[in-house]
Amino acid sequence: MDLDALAGCLSSSACLVTQTTSGLIIGMLLFLVAVGLTLIFGVLKVVNFSHGAFYMFGAYFAMTAYQFTGSFALAMLAGAAGTAILGLIFERVFMSRVYGADVLMQLLVCYAFVLIFDDVVRLIWGPEFKAMGMPAAFQVMPLFIAGGVVPPYYLLLIGVALVAAIVLGAGLSRTRIGKVIRAAAHNPGMVSALGINTGLIYGGVFALGGMLAGLAGALAAPVRSLTPGMGFSVLIESFIVTVIGGMGSILGALIGALLLGLIRSYGSLGFPLFTEGLMYLFMVIVLVSKPTGLFGKEAA
Amino acid sequence: MTRTRTPGISRRSTLALMGAGAMSVAAPWVARAQAKTIKIGMPTILSGRVAQLGTSSRNAVMLEVEKVNAAGGLAGRQIEMVIRDSKGQPQEAARVARELVNTDGCELLLDGEASSGSFAVHEVARDLGVLCIHTCSEASSLTADPKQHIPNAFRCVRQGIHDSIVGGSYAAAIAKTKGLKKWATCSPDYAYGRDTTGEFTLYLKRFAPDVEIISESWPKLFQPDYTEVVTKILQAKPQALYSCLWGGDLTSYIDQANIYAMFSQMEVFAVNMADYTALTVVKNLPKGIHSGNRYIKTFPTTPENAAWGDAYKAKYNEYPTNWSWQNATAVMFLAEAAKKANSADGKKIAEALKGLTIKCPFGADGTVTMRGDDHTLVGYAIGWGTTIPQEPYVPEVKAGDWKTIFELEAEWKKSKGYT
Repeated sequence: MDLDALAGCLSSSACLVTQTTSGLIIGMLLFLVAVGLTLIFGVLKVVNFSHGAFYMFGAYFAMTAYQFTGSFALAMLAGAAGTAILGLIFERVFMSRVYGADVLMQLLVCYAFVLIFDDVVRLIWGPEFKAMGMPAAFQVMPLFIAGGVVPPYYLLLIGVALVAAIVLGAGLSRTRIGKVIRAAAHNPGMVSALGINTGLIYGGVFALGGMLAGLAGALAAPVRSLTPGMGFSVLIESFIVTVIGGMGSILGALIGALLLGLIRSYGSLGFPLFTEGLMYLFMVIVLVSKPTGLFGKEAA
Repeated sequence: MTRTRTPGISRRSTLALMGAGAMSVAAPWVARAQAKTIKIGMPTILSGRVAQLGTSSRNAVMLEVEKVNAAGGLAGRQIEMVIRDSKGQPQEAARVARELVNTDGCELLLDGEASSGSFAVHEVARDLGVLCIHTCSEASSLTADPKQHIPNAFRCVRQGIHDSIVGGSYAAAIAKTKGLKKWATCSPDYAYGRDTTGEFTLYLKRFAPDVEIISESWPKLFQPDYTEVVTKILQAKPQALYSCLWGGDLTSYIDQANIYAMFSQMEVFAVNMADYTALTVVKNLPKGIHSGNRYIKTFPTTPENAAWGDAYKAKYNEYPTNWSWQNATAVMFLAEAAKKANSADGKKIAEALKGLTIKCPFGADGTVTMRGDDHTLVGYAIGWGTTIPQEPYVPEVKAGDWKTIFELEAEWKKSKGYT
């Protein structure tokens, strides 16, 4: 425990800027993965344990597109679009068959695909780790704000995640299709009776969830090494986020992810040997005081 | 009524067969000693995050075995390698090693495991009495600790303590020249990371007593994101940073530290940087990272080493790794020891290996020695240098002095109660 370092940081504007942006970066990337997970759970009532694989595919798709085109924008597009298509196929062909089944069956199907997807990546891209490399446009000196260090690429990353959060939030609450999705989450039988194709909605939501995780993977690809199985640790943290924020709540995922990012960022200063433990401790506190999570709805 | 013997197997021959069967189960190498080919078993890591190292070990072994077989084999017996995946799990490594000897009939073992697995394979070798050469584990205690010593096991690997002595003295010289007094460390949080960092700082402080460690970070092994570690180090404002992160963790760390311009704010000493697995993967390798040599074909700067690196690349379309040269050297040792003993028998080879010096492309002076008293490799090329972003990656390597290494190693062994 190094509380002096933490206190010193809290009294320095440079440290505050650096650590807060560092927390935001960790949090926003986590949000993109966790929001897909929570969205799928909210509408489909399925806990998608294979969600981390979409993060992994997003990173690999982006790296491959970047190698062939040299365009960062196309790489991001490939990561997002590729995983959306993959998500749609995965939902229609496999997941749609186990909606009525018990949780254990759903878990087994998802876990089987975690292993299958990892091996697919190993077959296509090889077992060794890869790196996409930072695009030339972002190989610049970091910005110095109030003495704190902020890399421009991370500003872009935070911006993209924020836009995704706003579009998603507004889309679900303000648009017709958003209302249909919410209605399908609440009462799929009634939505279906109104002549709306619920299968299409389920497929679409799964594709959207996969796309968000894929986008997170694509955004992380320039700064993280790519290996088969890389989605697993991200999945664990995403679960913590959704448990803290409340399963099914988009706002909860955002707040949970940001809190987790800040805990990691400031925790590494004050509690260097207990940073991971702090995350779990926070999750326990939330679960004990509010079992449905910060923004989770009580079961009717 | 007369008793007639039923045709078939008699009681006596059944007993004899059972006896022979029991013998071959208890001591399978005895039963198979007369086979024409000699099987060498090798558990190594062929799947998972460090599969690349295991694959490069297998490649190097096969490259050398082909040469040995073309030259007549091991004392006239052609080598047949039986290589199995341990998935990097110690219990699996032990199981595979046992199976290779008892079921597959391997007479010798090459242990291509990382430190955790090699201790498990070592116990199998102790139990079965089969000759075993460890080819990947750098943990010093494997051979330095007399409790681990068995007559049939050898280590053909660079060693943590050697690297720390050379790295510590190299870093101290730079610290003195550039006035680097405030240091930070950032290493993976498991035995290798803790031990290596501890030994490095021990020798750094010994050679440069002014040095002070002002910040320590211990990220998890295989952690995907290092942002909070990077910013923590930036806050501490050290003048130099030491890290023994490796492989994909090291490349992630470099990419993430790069965008914070960390490498322009402090001198970085990353012992595992100068290995092709990391050098060729990092797309924006910063100039001037100090690193120990793992394997590069330009150190030692001999035509033999360059030719070996090129031959490996020509065959496998990638550069060898640190594990490659160690495995290749193990096969070279086996071939020479078998020649010296004029036998492929494990016990005779073990006797011949003790104190054996062979010509080797990876030797500091063109030779390497299997030290007799603790069965470990010495005299290999060891040094530190600074990186550049393109080949040859580490243009100049300052070689470590083996006389100093031996002196300090003896002192270290004494301090640990090993001698």
